[in-house]
Amino acid sequence: MSKAKLIVVGNGMVGHQYLQTLADQGGLDHYEVTVISGEPRVAYDRVHLSEFFTGRSAAELSMVAPDQYENWGLNVVLADPVTAIDRGSKSVALRSSAELRYDALVLATGSYPFVPPVPGHDREHCLVYRTIEDLEAIMASAQGAKTGVVVGGGLLGLEAAKALRDLGLETHVVEFAPRLMAVQLDDAGGALLRSKIESLGVRVHTCKNTQVIEDGEQSRHRMVFTDGEVLETDLILFSAGIRPQDALARQSSLELGERGGIAINNQCQTSDPAIYAIGECALWNRQIFGLVAPGYQMAKVAVSHLLGGEDSFTGADMSTKLKLLGVDVASIGDAHGRSAGSRSYVYLNERTEVYKKIVVDAEGKHLLGAILVGDAEDYGTLLQYALNGIELPKNPEGLILPVSEGGKPAGLGVAALPATAAICSCHGVCKGDIVAALDAGCVDVGGVKAATKAATGCGGCSALLTQVVNHELASRGVEVSKDICEHFPYSRQELFTLVRYDQIKTFNELISRHGKGHGCDICKPAVASILASCWNEHVLKKPHRGLQDTNDRFLANMQKNGTYSVVPRIPGGEITPEKLIVIGQVAKKYELYTKITGGQRIDLFGARLEDLPAIWGELIDAGFETGQAYGKSVRTVKSCVGSTWCRYGVQDSVKLALDIENRYKGLRSPHKLKFAVSGCTRECAEAQSKDIGVIATEHGWNLYVCGNGGMKPRHADLFATDLDTETLIRYIDRILMFYVKTADRLQRTSVWLDNMEGGLEYLQQVIIEDSLGLGAELESHMASVVDTFECEWKATLNDPEKLKRFRPFINSAEKDSGIVMVEERGQLRPATQAEKGELIPLAKVG
Amino acid sequence: MQPSLLRIVISEGEMMTEWVKVCRKSELPDDSGVGALVHGHQIALFYQAELDRVFAIDNHDPVMDANVICHGIIGDLKGQWVVASPLLKQHYNLETGQCLEKSELRLRVWPVRVCQDQIEVQWAGA
Repeated sequence: MSKAKLIVVGNGMVGHQYLQTLADQGGLDHYEVTVISGEPRVAYDRVHLSEFFTGRSAAELSMVAPDQYENWGLNVVLADPVTAIDRGSKSVALRSSAELRYDALVLATGSYPFVPPVPGHDREHCLVYRTIEDLEAIMASAQGAKTGVVVGGGLLGLEAAKALRDLGLETHVVEFAPRLMAVQLDDAGGALLRSKIESLGVRVHTCKNTQVIEDGEQSRHRMVFTDGEVLETDLILFSAGIRPQDALARQSSLELGERGGIAINNQCQTSDPAIYAIGECALWNRQIFGLVAPGYQMAKVAVSHLLGGEDSFTGADMSTKLKLLGVDVASIGDAHGRSAGSRSYVYLNERTEVYKKIVVDAEGKHLLGAILVGDAEDYGTLLQYALNGIELPKNPEGLILPVSEGGKPAGLGVAALPATAAICSCHGVCKGDIVAALDAGCVDVGGVKAATKAATGCGGCSALLTQVVNHELASRGVEVSKDICEHFPYSRQELFTLVRYDQIKTFNELISRHGKGHGCDICKPAVASILASCWNEHVLKKPHRGLQDTNDRFLANMQKNGTYSVVPRIPGGEITPEKLIVIGQVAKKYELYTKITGGQRIDLFGARLEDLPAIWGELIDAGFETGQAYGKSVRTVKSCVGSTWCRYGVQDSVKLALDIENRYKGLRSPHKLKFAVSGCTRECAEAQSKDIGVIATEHGWNLYVCGNGGMKPRHADLFATDLDTETLIRYIDRILMFYVKTADRLQRTSVWLDNMEGGLEYLQQVIIEDSLGLGAELESHMASVVDTFECEWKATLNDPEKLKRFRPFINSAEKDSGIVMVEERGQLRPATQAEKGELIPLAKVG
Repeated sequence: MQPSLLRIVISEGEMMTEWVKVCRKSELPDDSGVGALVHGHQIALFYQAELDRVFAIDNHDPVMDANVICHGIIGDLKGQWVVASPLLKQHYNLETGQCLEKSELRLRVWPVRVCQDQIEVQWAGA
C-alpha cells in the first residue's frame, strides 16, 4: 500500500518542530512527506538570530542535524516557494512550475516583518530583520556605515538594536509608542529599560512617527518625524511588528481573520479540513501567537490530529523572559492589571535599576501577571504561581521584595509545584515528565534535557529545570557530590581556599590535616597545581615531584611510545632567523620530528628521556625558555602582525601579545590557558576562540573571555570594550586569578563560565565593579606569581638532584630498547605494532 | 655494564629463585617511581615513604606497548595500592599487578626486600 502524501509548506522553527514530532510519533511510516521552503536553507534558530553578528554561523544556528531530513526519508525542496494551492485537485504549484499532489497539507509559513508605508521606506539600505539573508544584507550595508536606526522598540526591535550595536554602529531606536516594549511593560518598567539601554550607548526616541525618509546630508538617509525633528542615519531596520504570512490561504480562499491570519480550529485545521495551519501564520480565537512556544504546541496538536490523536490547542501563555541588550526583562500574563478588581504591588530600586511589579486578583489569592526589569530571577517562581493557580502567601509583596540579610527567601520552593506544573513551555514538559525521566534512570540535568527536551528551546527555563532536578535527586537521597576524590571531602575550589588561607605548602600536610588515605592520580596533580598557583615553587622540588602528572614530571609531553615532545616558548609567535636555525639544528642533532603547532610555536617530537637535559641546554643557550606545553598553565598568545606591517591594523598586536605572554607565562591553572591578540576587527588571530582574547579597536582593546576551540567549541563573550592597556591587564589579572581560585579541576574557562551562576554579568560585576571586594587580593596574588617566575628548565639544569631523574634506569646506563622509530616523509615517527613485530625498522634510534 | 647487579641464588623448594640487588634505597625518590633493569627486563620500583614500602611491577604498559609504568602516580584506591599508567591512566594493583579497569590485563609483580639499604627483587626468571 502506498503512503499518503503530506506536504509541509515552510521550514521555520515551527515547521521543523512539526516534522520532528511527526518523526518521533512514527508518522513517517504512514506519510510520504515533502517539505517546501522558500528560503535557501533548512530550519534555523530565529530566537537566537542576533548571535549571527557575534560569530555564530548559519550552520551553528541550524536546528536540523546534517542528513537528518535525508535519514528520515523526506523530500526537501529549498529556495522554491509554493505559489498557489489548488484545493480542488489537492495540489500545490511551486515557483519552478512543478506541481505536487497532497492528501494533507500543513501551512507553517510564519510571518513577515511589517514595514510602515512611509515614503522612502523602499530606499536602499532600508532593511528588515527576519532571515539569515536579511542579516547578510544588514552586514553588507553596515560596511561603511556609521549609524543605524531601528524602527520599532518592541521585543524584536531591541534584538535588532543589539545586532546593530554588535556591528559597531551608533545605534538608535525609534518607537511610535511613548515607551519601549509597550505590549509587555508599563510606563515605569519601560522607563527603566530605556535608561538601562541608553547607558549601554543606544539612543532611544519615543513618541516618534516617521513622516518621510529622504537623502541625508551627513549620512545616507534623513528621517523626518511628524513633530518636525530629523535624524540622520546610514542604515534603517524596520522592526515594527509582524504580519502573518497568509498569501497562499488568501489565494486559495481559506477563511482568514479580518486583519489577516489563517483561521484555525482547536485541532489546527483551517476551513479546509485537509489543510492545517500552525505557528505565526495561524489565527486561533482571533489571536496570532508571535512566540515560538505556542507554535510548538500547535505543531504537536496538528501531528496528533493527523495521526488520529485527540490533543487540542486551547490557547497559550504569552509570558516571556528574555535578555535584551544584556538587560533581563520578563512579562507574565495580565501585566497591565486590566482584569477587573486586580491590584498591583510595585518595587522600584533606581540605584540597582530593578523594577518589579505583580498583579493579583481582587481577593489577593492568585497571581494574574507580573513585570520584571533588570532582575528576572523571580520569573520561574512567579510564572508557576500564575499558571498553576497556586495560592499566594499572605503578603504577596514578599515575592518581589529583596531578601534582607538573614531573612528567608520568599520564593516558591520547587517542592510545592504540582506534577502538572509546566516547566518548559517550548516543549510542553511538566514537572511530572521530569520526575518520570529520573525514574527511568536519568541521573543529572544533562540526562533529563536529552530525555525530555526541556530547556532546549528558548532555554528560559534552564534554571528552574536545574532546581527541580536537584530537588528531586536530593529527595531520592542522591547526593550531588562535588568531592574531588575519595581522599578529600572537598571540591577543588574548597581545597584552594584551604591551601591558601592555612598556608599549606605540601601535599602531605594537606592530606594529613584535611584528607584521608594516601592520595591518587586525581587529587595529587590537582593539589600540585593548586600549590603551584599559590606558592609557585618548582614542580620538581622534592615534595612535589611525585604529585606531578605525566607531562609535568619530566617537563615535557609524553607521547604514545614513551618518548617526549619539546616546545620552546616563542612569545607571540615572533622568532628571529637565528633562533629558528637553532631549533633546526637541535632537531637534526637529536633526530626529532618537527611540526608547527596551532599556537604559533614549533613542537619537537621523539626526544628520549635521557636526551631532554641536553636538548634544553642547547635551547636555553640560544636564549629560549620553556614553553610549558606540558603544564596545565598558560600556553601561547597567538597574534597577527598588527599595525606594524598590516595595512588594516589599528594597534600593535605583537607587542601586546609579547607583554601578555611574558606576564602570565608560568601561571599554573586548573587547565591550560590560551590567549590571542588581533590587531583589528578582521580578527586574524582568532581571539574569539581563546580563553582570553583581545581585539584592537581604534580607541583601545576589546576584551573577550572564556572562548574555546577543541572538543566543545565556545565563542568567547565580549567582556569589556575600548580598554586602555593598563585596565586591560588589570582585568585579565583578576579574571585569571578568579578562575584559578574558583574553577573545578580540569575545567576550561568556557565550562567555568557556563556553570557560573549569574554567568557573564556576574563575572563582570566581580571583575569590573569588584562586587566581592576581591580585586586587590586577586591582583596582588597575580603580582606575586609574575614576580616569582623562573624558567623551569633553566632551574632544572642547574640542579644535579633534579637531573638525576632524567634516565630510564636507576641501575644501568642502557637506553630503553622498546623505542623503535621508522622514517616517513623524511622524518622519524614511532613504529606501529605491526612494524615493530614484522618489519625491519628503517632506523633504530639509540 | 651493570656493576650493581649481584646475584644471590637461593633455593626455595624446587623452584630456583634468586634475590637480585637493584639499587640503594636512599636512591629512590619518595612517593614516586624509577625504572630498573633486571636481567635485561624492565621493572618499575615505587617507594612509598610513609609506610617505608617498596613495590616492584612490570614497567611495560600493555595498552600502549611502551615502557612507562615507572612514571605513573601511585596512591590508594578503596584500600588497594595502585599505580596509574601515565599514558591512558589505567590503574594497576601494585601488590597483584591486576588492572582495575580491564580484568584481562595483569602486570607481573615481584617480591621486594631491603637488606642494609640494598633493594633486592626476588627473581624467578623472565
